[in-house]
Amino acid sequence: MRACWRAHLRRKLCELTVPASADGQPARNPSHWVRSILAGSSMRRKPFPWHILVFLAPAVAIYTLFMIYPLIGSLLLSLQNQGPDGATVFVGLQNYLTLFTSKTWSEPFWNAFWNNVEFFLYHMLIQNPVGLLLALLLASRIRGGWLYRTLIFTPTILSVVIVGFAWRLILNPAWGVSQGILDAVGLGSLNQPWLGLESTALPTLSLISVWQNIGIPMLLFLAALVRIPDELLEAARVDGAGAWTVFWRIQLPLILPTVGIVAVLTFVGNFNAFDLIYATQGALAGPNFASDILGTFFFRTFFGYQLQPGDPYMGATVAGVMLLIILTGVLIYLFAWQRRLQNIQF
Amino acid sequence: MVLSTFNCVCVSPIYILARGFKTEVKEMSKRIGLFLITAILLGFVGSALAQNKVRLTIESWRNDDLKIWQETILPAFMKKYPNIEVVFAPTAPTEYNAVLDTKLKAGTAGDLITCRPFDKSLELFNAKHLVSLNDLPGMNNFSEVARAAWSTDDGKTTFCVPMASVIHGFLYNKAIFRELNLQVPSTEAQFLQVLRRVQQSGRYIPLVMGTKDQWEAATMGYQNIGPTLWRGEVGRKGLIAGTQKYNEGGFLQAFEALAKWRPFLPRGYQALSYPDAQNLFAQGRGAIYPAGSWDIGVFRQMNPKLELGAFKPYTFETARQCVINDHPDIAIGLNAASKNKEAARTFLAWVASAEFAQLYANALPGFFPLANVQYTIADPVAQEFLSWRKQCQTSFRTAYQILSRNANPNNENDLWNASAQVLNGTFTPKQAADYVQTRLASWYGPQKGR
Amino acid sequence: MGLMERLSTRSKRTIPRPNWPVTLAIHAALLAYSALALFPVLLVVVNAFKERLAIFSAPYALPNAQTFTLEGFRTLQANANFPAYFLNSIVVTVSALFLIVLVSSMAAFALAEYRFRLNTLIGLYLAIGIMVPIRLGTVGILQLAVELNLVNTLLILILVYTAQGIPLAVFVLSAFMRQLPRDLKDAARIDGASEYRIYWLTLPLVRPAIGSVLAISMIPIWNDLWFPLILAPGERTKTVVLGASVFLGQFVNDYNAVLAALTLAIVPAVLLYFAFSQQLIRGITSGALK
Repeated sequence: MRACWRAHLRRKLCELTVPASADGQPARNPSHWVRSILAGSSMRRKPFPWHILVFLAPAVAIYTLFMIYPLIGSLLLSLQNQGPDGATVFVGLQNYLTLFTSKTWSEPFWNAFWNNVEFFLYHMLIQNPVGLLLALLLASRIRGGWLYRTLIFTPTILSVVIVGFAWRLILNPAWGVSQGILDAVGLGSLNQPWLGLESTALPTLSLISVWQNIGIPMLLFLAALVRIPDELLEAARVDGAGAWTVFWRIQLPLILPTVGIVAVLTFVGNFNAFDLIYATQGALAGPNFASDILGTFFFRTFFGYQLQPGDPYMGATVAGVMLLIILTGVLIYLFAWQRRLQNIQF
Repeated sequence: MVLSTFNCVCVSPIYILARGFKTEVKEMSKRIGLFLITAILLGFVGSALAQNKVRLTIESWRNDDLKIWQETILPAFMKKYPNIEVVFAPTAPTEYNAVLDTKLKAGTAGDLITCRPFDKSLELFNAKHLVSLNDLPGMNNFSEVARAAWSTDDGKTTFCVPMASVIHGFLYNKAIFRELNLQVPSTEAQFLQVLRRVQQSGRYIPLVMGTKDQWEAATMGYQNIGPTLWRGEVGRKGLIAGTQKYNEGGFLQAFEALAKWRPFLPRGYQALSYPDAQNLFAQGRGAIYPAGSWDIGVFRQMNPKLELGAFKPYTFETARQCVINDHPDIAIGLNAASKNKEAARTFLAWVASAEFAQLYANALPGFFPLANVQYTIADPVAQEFLSWRKQCQTSFRTAYQILSRNANPNNENDLWNASAQVLNGTFTPKQAADYVQTRLASWYGPQKGR
Repeated sequence: MGLMERLSTRSKRTIPRPNWPVTLAIHAALLAYSALALFPVLLVVVNAFKERLAIFSAPYALPNAQTFTLEGFRTLQANANFPAYFLNSIVVTVSALFLIVLVSSMAAFALAEYRFRLNTLIGLYLAIGIMVPIRLGTVGILQLAVELNLVNTLLILILVYTAQGIPLAVFVLSAFMRQLPRDLKDAARIDGASEYRIYWLTLPLVRPAIGSVLAISMIPIWNDLWFPLILAPGERTKTVVLGASVFLGQFVNDYNAVLAALTLAIVPAVLLYFAFSQQLIRGITSGALK
């Protein structure tokens, strides 16, 4: 169908640019050819390719102005601080030094960092394997798979504000919904104020985030699984391989590129996360900063909170460190994982 | 090359995404977009040609009061001054500071700014977002103490018109007290006894409060029963001067007294937020609610049938003189970037008047105007709160003047964290007190090294 | 071949179908997870129509004649201008998507089509944005918006979202365009078509990739809370998500109003999604292009 499409387009293209000759064949224009060949060989000077500029300019302009320039501005701000008279002075890496060495800054920073790592691990160890499992289930031929796909993907399209608030209501001890569910299965005594205890706040929030975001890894894995030629699977089954062997030996190695992409997307997404914690716990990310991640730490530092005044310089510093962390993770992916992948031919 | 490998590997799954969007959808959305943009342009033109009334906007954190401002207070003003239209546009309390800061930086904040007491507003004044109101007619209706929360450190320039203070205490459900035959407590021993009796009955929550939002633990817990123990102004001024410490004397005892509330809090209180506690008490499921007087208006709205009573913070064996927390809470100032300064000043002068005091005190029971004018309050519970001013000494929240000037650590936020943790049981009172003191001493001159 | 085709041809081959216990197990697992996925949404929507006391006493019950109420929606209507918020969201999302596709396809075309010295460099420059989260530059963006006097306008949101969407869009589109056969374009060139003409004619050929870009970019823009909160929090420019968040903050102890707000924020998005889900998911899961 695509082939017909293109031929049709080709015909249309010819009709637009060249008048048809009497016998219906598109006329050829030899003088045009000769001219262009001569032009190539004798005249070395080519006209300035304005069209390239026109094509590239808008994208590069908007991108530079609204993404790169502010980012550089933020980084520059992190190299400055307020002087004794109130004016801004350049202090080099002093802010970064303060962030890592001063106890009042390094403690909350490392707390946020390790919380973020924990947040990321929950996603890597639960969201991605479960997403893979769901993708495997959907890749098998069952009726109504499209319906399941649609339903399971629904939370992903919801806004985080909604997700956070809805789950907060459900887990709210005053509303009793979670109590009711656990009572129904006889586990009522296990009910805890999950979002209010230091030990369970972050895991609970991680699971809520997993619940919301599992659709994307699921679909990416499904796309990759479906591309595996059936002949491979058929041959394996004929050879007597069980489902686990098929998965472990054939499917998984062939979708490793996707696994890598999902991992790096998860990494970037998690270390950039803010919305869910903010919507559920507020900017203080309680209890006792147990759910504080880098995003909320940055927000609180830069914008302040209640009586706490905002500190734009340290805020920009935190943003700079976040950038460094994310870039490091991505570079590790690009150079380490990619190199390993080149061994796998598909 | 790295990028080309990335191409092959990365592109295959990702760019296979969504082939399906038909051009019809795209065409239609382009058409819709054009229509929408036209509609918006027309809307702007229309509104620009509209009325020549002056429109003032009030920024505030009192989202609970939205209805009352819209239905009672602002209509009274607009009746008097028909050419000025005033809009009350609150933001959630926890977001107010951040959102206001952004709006002020960007020049999009409203004409009238509701001022938080002390440093937060002083910061705004120093950043030239607020103007001096020394010459505003009606400013002399306020005593120096009332103005202190919204003046410069030297007391010479006032930049917000004080609207009201709030008093801390306890609200209780009269019906439950009657049913369980309880007496209103006035000492700590009696208070704990009442709580024990309610708990034994098993039917109601003794003390309705959650710790998830953290601020109630500090504001309606620590700063509620604390002033009696640290002798009010003596303690507070001592902190500022460096002669008193959070982990000694009355301040430490207050954490210990707070810890005694733990067994009587609702099940799962660690995940209960402020509105949850309000809902629980309004539904009649709890006996006692540690309150700020602003809660009176909220409960009247949420459940007019609730039989509300009040008693003042209890006294202790070691501290028999009651001190209440009479905290200057809310004022209103003029945005330096306002385009309607004249109209705004008219409004501010009205706020300083007796008429506003009378209206405000009754429309918002629990907010007690600071103006030296005569006003009467209809709500009996609010009257009860107000009467404590005569029976007890007064002070206000310790962290608000000077002590929270630092970004990190911040004394007020630390008090929140410490109080919530004491109630959660993750800090002992001594640990909480040490936590707050060491962090204050790390940056505040007079406390350094203590 | 698309996912549909693949799944349907499988049945004609010799691989034995999974036996019925296995099929049953798979259905059960998927059903269970679908229930988990939908449960919070349904709970919120069902309770939005119930009276306050019924919400607390019987959260799972459907609203019946006694407990049905529209009180929350009335509060919502009186205090928050949700239709206006929707309008803002739609304007911002549609405009940003339009700009992203327009501007990125042009840049992708240039990168894929022409060999010039800075080609790889510009490609790399634009690709950096895929990995760098734009939020880290918020400080700078806010300052820029203040300088350009664009705070509290929809335009700044549109521009920021466009900048956010350009890197991935250029990447995807240029990869796609590189795989188009050159002979088509060369034929057009020889016959005198301008480069702009050729670009215009290439666009329909990359429709799948454009659809892909639209799908990836749309959801983060519609659901974003951060930039509306920071750059355009004014009443006139509130988007649906920000409006819902602010409303939730304002009426946080009014469960009816809160649930009504959540419902209004969820239901249209979900309905739209269900309407287009076939295309969306088919696009995401269809097989190799060639």
